[in-house]
Amino acid sequence: MQKKRNIRTWIGDIVGLLVCFFIFVIPFLFMVINSLKERREANKLSLSLPTKFEWSNFVEVFQTNDYQILTAFKNSIILTVGAVAILVFFSAMAGYVIQRRKDRPVKIANTIIMTGLMIPAAILPTIWVMQTLHIYKTMPGMILVEVALHTPFTIMLYRGFMSTIPIELEEAAYIDGCTPFQVFRMIIFPLLKPVTSTVIILDAVTIFNDFTNPLYFFPGNENATMQVTLYNYMGQFSSAYNLLFADVLIITIPMLIIFLIFNNKIVDGMVAGSVKG
Amino acid sequence: MDKKKIYSKWFLVPSMTVFTVMFVIPLILSLFFSLTVWNFDGFTFCGIDNFIMFFEEQSLRIGIKNTLIYAVLTSGLKLIISFFIALFLTSNIRTKTLQRSIVFFPNLVSTVAVGVVFTALMHPSKGLINKGLEMIGIAGPDWLGNPDIALFSVIAVDVWKGLSIATVIFIAGFMSIDKTYYEAAMIDGANFWQKVRYVTVPLARSSMNSVIILSFIGGLRSFDLIWAMTGGGPGFATDVMASIVYKQYAAGYYGLSTAGNVIMFVLIAILAFPLQKWLLSKEVE
Repeated sequence: MQKKRNIRTWIGDIVGLLVCFFIFVIPFLFMVINSLKERREANKLSLSLPTKFEWSNFVEVFQTNDYQILTAFKNSIILTVGAVAILVFFSAMAGYVIQRRKDRPVKIANTIIMTGLMIPAAILPTIWVMQTLHIYKTMPGMILVEVALHTPFTIMLYRGFMSTIPIELEEAAYIDGCTPFQVFRMIIFPLLKPVTSTVIILDAVTIFNDFTNPLYFFPGNENATMQVTLYNYMGQFSSAYNLLFADVLIITIPMLIIFLIFNNKIVDGMVAGSVKG
Repeated sequence: MDKKKIYSKWFLVPSMTVFTVMFVIPLILSLFFSLTVWNFDGFTFCGIDNFIMFFEEQSLRIGIKNTLIYAVLTSGLKLIISFFIALFLTSNIRTKTLQRSIVFFPNLVSTVAVGVVFTALMHPSKGLINKGLEMIGIAGPDWLGNPDIALFSVIAVDVWKGLSIATVIFIAGFMSIDKTYYEAAMIDGANFWQKVRYVTVPLARSSMNSVIILSFIGGLRSFDLIWAMTGGGPGFATDVMASIVYKQYAAGYYGLSTAGNVIMFVLIAILAFPLQKWLLSKEVE
């Protein structure tokens, strides 16, 4: 009986790994291998190893369009860091009060924000608003768009986590003479650390990988983000798969690093974030 | 204790301001602008002409149909496939940590990057998928070039990418089920499938609902994968609402584009909200 079970789990392991390999690993390998081939060889789109490793592909991708990828990288980083920093700060405050207070105005605010979980952005009117405020095609404007679009999800995470923090702490601090903002800054915000790290990872990954919003709200060559650059290269490199894949790889590397460092945390965070929905 | 004082409304102001200005106001404006022919400098009122045009023009109407097919198929397939993957990854296999990481990884790769790689893999003559099929004697179709299958090819890639998050949700749901239920079922002589049917499925209901709702809404809103793989083509075969909104914008028909956006809101409101209500009501039972 024991033996039979052992064999069965081994078969499970092997079948599972094989399926994983074919469905998930091969596309990735395919991209890595072809990014290192010489142009004509890469265009055959085969899975054979390169006859010669062309590391210069990566250099060439960097040099394309006057080092556009470096600008794009800078833009993506500023956008991600800026938006995530604002999101953490604003949403933690909002989630805190929404969870603690259940009166009518707060409930209404909550309902309004939560519609954003389902309803997509009204794109052209958003551009119109941004133009009216003179922030269209600017980095601050783009950051605000990302903040607005990720606010519902982020507040939801904070609101969910707040319910695990005992209310007595705040009351004690308040009686000791803290102002409401001090209570938040010195007592609550430090206690929110676990969910804050989840928020940072989840929002950073989605904002860094966002393609649609920069496409609409942040057009122009000097404004390109990593994802938009990749999209533009699709047209430009249509007959040079080696460069296209090298670009994909360069774009994926930051996320790969985050993945290797925070592997378990990301999975836990995803779970916490999605299940509470 | 004065709640209003400690939990001052001012804490809500920063979030609410950004959200209202960048999301709520545009949302309300879109209802108005969808009734006009407009650009960023001015507008002319035209009644419901934009909406009439949307339903009369074959190339626009197809977007509604495709969006529905896309949302239903992606959420259904993700639900079923990820359920079994999660079941497998919570069984007592040895390499589960490794396999979980592998399954999870696509989640971190950007959609455009996934689109680029799969467009190459689906190349009609040189692509790896058709080469593989050739080896076992099947002539593979032109996955993205044939209007009859292009939409389904993109759906398959969407499912590939979306499986990871759905699987993670299911794994969490399965792990939170109390082991004693399985023991009780075993004592009653339940076999593997009976355990899945009568213990796992009912107790993992809330994860199931999360997966359905998340992927259904994601499907209704999807744009980037389609745009990166087919650009809505060939012809209009893979156009969905979101890609039509972009195309009309790029072509300068802002009124039509906004009307498309409003139709998206309505679709989501009449489908996703009741769906969520219904799922939640079943969860309580």
